[in-house]
Amino acid sequence: MPEFERQTDIGPPHYEQFLPEVIKKNYGKWDYHEIIKPGVMMHVAESGDKLYTVRCASPRLLAITSIRKFCDIADKYCDGHLRWTSRNNVEFLITDEKNIDPLIKEVEDYGFPVGGLGAKLSNIVHTQGWVHCHSAASDASGVVKCVMDELLPYFTGKKDLPAKMRVAYACCLNMCGAVHCSDIAILGVHTRVPVIEHQDLPKMCELPNLIASCPTGAIRPATVEGVQSIEIIEEQCMYCGNCFTVCPAVKINNSETDGISIWVGGKVSNSRVPPKFSKLAVPYLPNNPPRWPEVVEAVKNIVETYAANARKHERMGEWIDRIGWPKFFELIGQDFTKYHIDDFTHAGETYTRTAQLRH
Amino acid sequence: MTEKRKTPLLDELEKGPWPSFVKEIKKEAGHNPMANDVLGILERSYEEHISHWKHGGIVGVMSYGGGVIGRYCDLPEDFPNVREFHTYRVNQPSAWFYNTKSLRHLCDIWEKHGSGLTNMHGSTGDIVFLGGSTESLEPCFAELSAEKDEFPSFDLGGSGSNMRTPSCCVGPARCEWACYDTLDACYNITQSFQDELHRPFFPYKYKFKFAGCPNDCVASIARSDCSVIGTWQDEIQVDNAKVAEYDKNGTDVQTEVCDLCPTKCMAWDGKTLDIDNSNCVRCMHCINLMPKALKPGTDRGATILIGSKAPIIGGALLSSVFVPFLEMDPESDYEDLKELTEAIWDLWGEHGKNRERVGEFIQRVGLSNFLEEIGLDPVPEMVMHPRTNPYIFFDDEIFED
Repeated sequence: MPEFERQTDIGPPHYEQFLPEVIKKNYGKWDYHEIIKPGVMMHVAESGDKLYTVRCASPRLLAITSIRKFCDIADKYCDGHLRWTSRNNVEFLITDEKNIDPLIKEVEDYGFPVGGLGAKLSNIVHTQGWVHCHSAASDASGVVKCVMDELLPYFTGKKDLPAKMRVAYACCLNMCGAVHCSDIAILGVHTRVPVIEHQDLPKMCELPNLIASCPTGAIRPATVEGVQSIEIIEEQCMYCGNCFTVCPAVKINNSETDGISIWVGGKVSNSRVPPKFSKLAVPYLPNNPPRWPEVVEAVKNIVETYAANARKHERMGEWIDRIGWPKFFELIGQDFTKYHIDDFTHAGETYTRTAQLRH
Repeated sequence: MTEKRKTPLLDELEKGPWPSFVKEIKKEAGHNPMANDVLGILERSYEEHISHWKHGGIVGVMSYGGGVIGRYCDLPEDFPNVREFHTYRVNQPSAWFYNTKSLRHLCDIWEKHGSGLTNMHGSTGDIVFLGGSTESLEPCFAELSAEKDEFPSFDLGGSGSNMRTPSCCVGPARCEWACYDTLDACYNITQSFQDELHRPFFPYKYKFKFAGCPNDCVASIARSDCSVIGTWQDEIQVDNAKVAEYDKNGTDVQTEVCDLCPTKCMAWDGKTLDIDNSNCVRCMHCINLMPKALKPGTDRGATILIGSKAPIIGGALLSSVFVPFLEMDPESDYEDLKELTEAIWDLWGEHGKNRERVGEFIQRVGLSNFLEEIGLDPVPEMVMHPRTNPYIFFDDEIFED
């Protein structure tokens, strides 16, 4: 007899059992909120009840030791209630105002800074990287750690930003972190045609699926080394790695040439201007672990340039739209290259078709 | 216990003020051989600039086709404890609320069956248990899902070509802007489509995200095949006395609010904020700036947008408008949304190509054809502007009165 009787198709536990009493009482009846200091907000209900939230950073990859420590803190100050945000921050939910400062001290002493609310830099959402992914062109957690070590004052509020800043990191074009609509997107890229292991390929992969996986039709069947395999038309390959996803014998990872690109100006909120995609700023920087100094410097430069030049409430993309891309590239000191011009499906929509230019 | 791994490169990532994932791994590596070996293999990646993880094989728990991502390393001799290092996706509670009792329970289960390492949370929203052996899958799942007196039962989330684990923003639990109950909608849809969540039979993945207002804190418009974004139909609620307070206390209502309104639909004379609501596009900017003074209207619901995705395969897409306004009354059991969803799944399920997301499918067959098959009438809100090219596929309908 097994120790536990498995159940299936039960779905997640109902959320109501996890809500603090003050939330159950005021559910759907919140009146307003304000940020009372960096990383702390107060929600006031129509009933007059108050709920304080302390937001603290997390590396997303958490040991159960840390989760248990968060539990200890939440038991001590929050009647055992906490939540996570969509950007991997931890939020402690407090009803007694007196508990705010001791809680902040305790989480910060444990190594988790408080911040990320309002017109600040929030946590960097990111992917698995070399910690756990097969198609990663770079590590994720390492790059994020190095960038945030440098940008911490924008998270804690010691340095100001004109508006919210959302940075995201994905270690390949699969974009498990869906970084493509971020103020700054850091994206691992492959830059070379995959190496095909022909002897393994027929054993590991289905040819029709493999051929269909290529967005540019660069893969065709071929007999190589005496086996039914494929060949790749090199000029048509743009290193998306989709073939590798469906067929492990088509090796896309390359220790010499994989690297990192940086994209800017995307957003998902509808405030003021509609959501936008991020656009290419820096095509390629080398993988330089353990501290990725080139990537850190490039991101820091973009953040500082934006902070110094954008108007209040202007997100990165709104700022660039106002000043124009030529000025943006000039300000960040980045050469405009052939790689910046799109050549995929909707490329034509990105060409400038007006004489309205700044000279 | 294997010998403690030497990690001079990773040790560099223990320095600096941001929380260190290396410290996190080391917190378990002292007593968990899997965590110790993951540290070792990661150090190797840092030396060699390449991943040492292989594709997942088919692993999972009985009767489910998703929820576990198989993962094996390519250096099993050097790192035998991560020979198998599978990921569990555990379906999170709506809006990621927990009590400590349940969290500790999850930690205890994961300490017993796996590496002790997690992601809180994965990109789609699940609690991620990072690294378990094939042998551990059934016992771990049994312990998670079993009915217990003291603890809630947990289920796995989605992976592969199925409905992925839906997620939602904090909603009415802690936000005055929530235009519908995102937590309830997320829970309801997840429970209603358990078969679609656990047993992959779609052309590719299908994601839901529930955002309570157009601020879209869960990035639904960029990251979900079905984006449910809260909105309202009537007038913004205004408390002019409080607008004046903001104006007095550091917010320049003219330049920061009125001048930045995308449709310039508001005017401020120092006493009254006059809003032409018929021209308001529900962008949230003014409400975001003055939460005490302005609130969304009371006739609330959601805009349904369809089709966003990351680049693979046919290029990245944002979701596009499908239903401009849908009531999201919990009493209705979200029947309209479910009916719409099932119509989409039927059509895309039958005609979608392998690994074609619904957004790509719509681009291939054309939005007009898609709408006709689903049974929705075209409305101008669905497009930025009408067609500019005259290559029109007319049919006989054009001659009818």
